[in-house]
Amino acid sequence: MEIDEKIIEKHGLKQEEYNSILQLLKRKPNLLELGIFSAMWNEHCSYKSSRIHLKKLPTKGKMIIQGPGENAGVIDIGDNDAIVFKIESHNHPSYIEPYQGAATGVGGILRDVFTMGARPIALLNSIHFGDTSHPKTKNLLNGVVSGIGGYGNCIGIPTVAGETKFNETYNENILVNAMAVGHVNKNKIFYSKAKGLNKSVVYVGSKTGRDGIHGASMASAEFDENSEEKKPTVQVGDPFTEKLLLEACLELMKDDSIIAIQDMGAAGLTSSSVEMASKGSLGIELDLDKVPCREDNMTPYEMMLSESQERMLIILEDGKENHARKIFEKWDLDFVIIGKTNNTKNLTLKFKNKIEGEIPIEFLASKAPVYERKWVKKKPKEKRTDLKKLKKIKLEDALIKILSSPNYSNKSWITSQYDQMVMCDTIQKSGADAAIVRIHNKDKAIAVSVDSSANYCKSFPLIGGRQIVCENWRNLISVGASPIAITNCLNFGNPENKEIMGEFAECIQGIKEACEFLNYPVVSGNVSFYNGTNNKNIDPTPVIGGVGLISNISKPLNHRLKMEKSIILLIGKTFGHLQQSCFLKENYSIIEGLPPEVNLVNEKNNGEIILKLIKKNLVLSAHDVSSGGLLVALSEMAINSNFGIKILKPKKLRNLFEYFFGEDQGRYLIEVDESKVGLVNEILNENKIYYENIGNTQKNYLEIKNEFKINVKDLYKINNSWYNNY
Amino acid sequence: MKSSVIVFPGSNCDRDIASALEKMQFKNQMVWHKETSLPKSDLIVIPGGFSYGDYLRSGAIAGKSLIIDEVIKFANSGCLVLGICNGFQILTETGLLKGTLLRNKNLKFINRDVNIKVVNNKTKFTSKYNLNQILKINIAHNEGNYFTDPNHLNILEKENLIALKYCNENGEVDEQSNPNGSLKNIAGIFNSKKNILGMMPHPERMVDQLVSNTDGVNLFNSLLN
Repeated sequence: MEIDEKIIEKHGLKQEEYNSILQLLKRKPNLLELGIFSAMWNEHCSYKSSRIHLKKLPTKGKMIIQGPGENAGVIDIGDNDAIVFKIESHNHPSYIEPYQGAATGVGGILRDVFTMGARPIALLNSIHFGDTSHPKTKNLLNGVVSGIGGYGNCIGIPTVAGETKFNETYNENILVNAMAVGHVNKNKIFYSKAKGLNKSVVYVGSKTGRDGIHGASMASAEFDENSEEKKPTVQVGDPFTEKLLLEACLELMKDDSIIAIQDMGAAGLTSSSVEMASKGSLGIELDLDKVPCREDNMTPYEMMLSESQERMLIILEDGKENHARKIFEKWDLDFVIIGKTNNTKNLTLKFKNKIEGEIPIEFLASKAPVYERKWVKKKPKEKRTDLKKLKKIKLEDALIKILSSPNYSNKSWITSQYDQMVMCDTIQKSGADAAIVRIHNKDKAIAVSVDSSANYCKSFPLIGGRQIVCENWRNLISVGASPIAITNCLNFGNPENKEIMGEFAECIQGIKEACEFLNYPVVSGNVSFYNGTNNKNIDPTPVIGGVGLISNISKPLNHRLKMEKSIILLIGKTFGHLQQSCFLKENYSIIEGLPPEVNLVNEKNNGEIILKLIKKNLVLSAHDVSSGGLLVALSEMAINSNFGIKILKPKKLRNLFEYFFGEDQGRYLIEVDESKVGLVNEILNENKIYYENIGNTQKNYLEIKNEFKINVKDLYKINNSWYNNY
Repeated sequence: MKSSVIVFPGSNCDRDIASALEKMQFKNQMVWHKETSLPKSDLIVIPGGFSYGDYLRSGAIAGKSLIIDEVIKFANSGCLVLGICNGFQILTETGLLKGTLLRNKNLKFINRDVNIKVVNNKTKFTSKYNLNQILKINIAHNEGNYFTDPNHLNILEKENLIALKYCNENGEVDEQSNPNGSLKNIAGIFNSKKNILGMMPHPERMVDQLVSNTDGVNLFNSLLN
């Protein structure tokens, strides 16, 4: 087939990119080679637009074993225990086929974690849908939730936390980000760097079909009205096979038979072989006749670009072939030696005794294009809403409106479809600030949380970037964990648009500043550009997944009130920042102005003190005050506990709506036993931490004197009705 | 006491039940589904999970696997067999327990803690519980909606073969507390000799206060007795 402009465009390559291919090869590529270039050079695999910005992120630290660049990041949690984790997007496939898109998103991220030798112990997700009135939203929500559950429940890994948000910005492009966390012995971590000549390259797992061909290229383009036609590029997941693959891989990983291992994710056989060879500066020759195929007459092109799921590529030590084969056969999985490593530094593809394609590996990896795309800074504008000009509402009604809205309603309709308990180490399930998962047979645990704030990032990307890192950090601290590191999933619009690229660059800058200040490095992540349809881009939605350590877990700490007559302290200063607040959005449909300022110094000081108080056993319950402000946070503490709170009005006279719904950052609520309040005050004063005693717990009612008094049971009903009526 | 846990491809609560058994001082062994003989055991447990991916029908393929013939022989000789969740489904597929487990009434996977009531405490599985004791136990299934024919239901009731029923926190067995649509709120049943128990709730998840509660402990204590 002659390569013409149409074919080049169909492969998502720009004419100038094709010209670079010609220059590099010094000849025309054939169709197979063109397909391979397109798979490796697309945005999803090459990070060509994001790379220069991602370099700025801090990735090192005392507890970091492996930063970005491997299948997942790895942190050290002591006693030879390491935690492996990563978050990844599966936005485009999930919009086209929600069940399979979400399911294979979970499957893919799990493989990234167990490829490194870790047993996955927790799954999280961040899912964003369009407005609840949009005709597609209900179906997408149902499909995505069933898909996430369908995969995680079957493979038997608990889905412990997540976030679900609705906003019209995602009407035509939903977000499905999945995070997996695994545990491994620090000395038994496996990497993807090939070593040694003439080593066997082994294909294990499912057979290769025609599904998902060019999936990564699809994820590197915007949608248009023909998006539905892309259904065949969505992969089909089989969690049962993945369970077998997981157990077989972990069984083989007990000894040192494996030199390198890489899962076949985006761009399947192509990217897995290229990445392993590239990291080891080796060549690799594949005999495509040997690739186990699900369908007849598959061509080299189809085999190399298929994204069939549940497959791995392994480079084995000499003489270990039979030992490894026995394990995979025990688990009824394919095990085929399909190639060898060599010193040519080429990717060589043989089929029917003919060389069908040969490309120097560096052309596909290090010589892939890198773009310094144009970007512009946002000029954010302050805009204070004049509350006096708005229709008057009661404090109580404003609260009810928020608690009954889709974004703030209790999510148990979703979480009850996920097995949260399997593996029997889930100490804190979803619904709290962070989930807590124990390390099996040990008395330590990790805390995990995923967070995003798209409207903050939209209005002021720099501050938004800082804010999400801080919020994630606070969430871990609120359950008594010391934050260690994050993974990020950067969901943005079209990077060829300089405003969008500006959102990206500034969000990264904000993330960088917060991570550096809080000593909270980035160990893994994923960039998803081109989230949009017909030139309409989504709001910038970086998602942060954080992991923290609780070194001795005797009882879990959460936000639920524990007893009557204890004291509620608000840590951190309340300024009453209502711009971009959920109060204005839910009650008046007003979204304007700047996000709240993020003061990293206060953030750090407040967080460290809270952690200190928790470790001294002075805190009965704790909660991060975030979106929704003080009153929403107080309600959340009361709902699901058996107690209420009597709140005092602020001493200084000020606007009650600003006080109770302002979204100022760096704040926590803690419940303290009356007898220990003196000691807590002393510690806070010593450390010059700003705090207010805002009330005490009581039976049954959430109450602000002279304003309102609501039975907590009624609040519960208000907070639990939306999903069931949708 | 010696126990054996059968491991099918796709079992995923095998480690959980093994940990619980060991914690309760059972001497436990794992038995791979391709084995053709059972180690000497006092108790066989068929764990939860998605054996064979629940393809065809949950429990259907596992019900025809190599080891199952041995389990049937073992059960017919009067020894103790416990099937949890997918294990319960497998037991109905083998015919060791009658009836079947249909899709949940709401057609969704359900994972939450539910109240169940001990309806018969005069068995080797339940003797350490009080009659009508209310337990809070986790369920996690797609197909937990127990169904059987009227004849068999009659026998279940007459011969006191219903082990556990879903109920509310006051012990009332009503429709609102039935999570999956099970006939008569049935959460677990015995065979006629009461040496086989199939149950949808997961007692192995309830043996550790830090993770959940200890309402499952007495099931294992009963077996040890």
